Amino acid sequence: MGFFDFLSGNKKNKGSKNIAKDRLKLVLVHDRASMSPEVMEALRRELIEVISKYVDVDNNNIEVELNDNNNQATLVANIPINQIKRSRNV
Amino acid sequence: MGEVIVITSGKGGVGKTTTTANIGTALAKLNYKVVLVDTDIGLRNLDVVLGLENRIVYDIVDVVKGNCRLNQALIKDKRLEGLCLLPAAQTKDKNAISIEEIKKLTNELSEIFDYVIVDCPAGIEQGFKNAIAGADRAIVVATPEVSSVRDADRIIGLLEANEIKETRLVINRLRPQMVKQGDMMDIEDILDILSIKLIGVIPEDEFIIVSTNRGEPAVNNPDSMAGKAYLNTARRIAGEEDVPFLELEVVESFLDKILKIFKK
Repeated sequence: MGFFDFLSGNKKNKGSKNIAKDRLKLVLVHDRASMSPEVMEALRRELIEVISKYVDVDNNNIEVELNDNNNQATLVANIPINQIKRSRNV
Repeated sequence: MGEVIVITSGKGGVGKTTTTANIGTALAKLNYKVVLVDTDIGLRNLDVVLGLENRIVYDIVDVVKGNCRLNQALIKDKRLEGLCLLPAAQTKDKNAISIEEIKKLTNELSEIFDYVIVDCPAGIEQGFKNAIAGADRAIVVATPEVSSVRDADRIIGLLEANEIKETRLVINRLRPQMVKQGDMMDIEDILDILSIKLIGVIPEDEFIIVSTNRGEPAVNNPDSMAGKAYLNTARRIAGEEDVPFLELEVVESFLDKILKIFKK
């Protein structure tokens, strides 16, 4: 760090705005991921509906969770299958 | 039919009331008929910012409860044709009005005025729900700080959930010098995080304090940077296209200039 940088208040790690931005992005992943129970229930219901078209699923043992690790939010669905439906395509 | 626009932010102290007063005054200066509605019941402030505090007889709660006619509660700003205030009640609490009552009221006002600007209280409780109930569109005010942007994000989500058709952002109290130094988030940083369209950028301006002291909105002062920025914002709200964003130039001090020469 040169003398004049010191005078003008320049630091090596220039500017705190990037810290602000990174922290905000992370905190918003968490904020946005906390969906209301109603929304989660609707998501679960519609997921089952779609998947049931193709496979016979065990409705009572389905788990749908929203996780967020580090910088990535993920939707994890654990859906036990009873039976795969017979293909109707030729 | 006029439009109902709610000014909101989530976080307190970011300039909702100042923004309401200035945008409202600016729209009236552009010859629209404007009413400003203070829904911050119990913490009334729009009246003092506008300099109309001595003329209040009836308030918003009196109107919805039928204690007076709408006309009796509306305070006409004698300095500016077309600008009215419907003040909040100071002695009641935020549950004094219901969502249905406020919807009916803003609907009635929109038949008389071109713009019904609703000043929303801080927070996301009943007062917020009331304020947004009758709104056609919303303006979210945020300052370039972590706490304000975070709250703005939450508010934008709630506005979407309440099916407000159009939400726009006003970035308030931007300090160009700090942005230049990399110590304040700039406009793009904030838009990137919130993914929302911008309708105004207001620079930090000491004159806002002076104008609030006097009870005269800053848009009345042609020398105020914030006043100019609010006027431009109002023109965009009124649908004018291609209103330029102010060049927020940093005035370099003598020392800055000398340092620059040495750095070259």
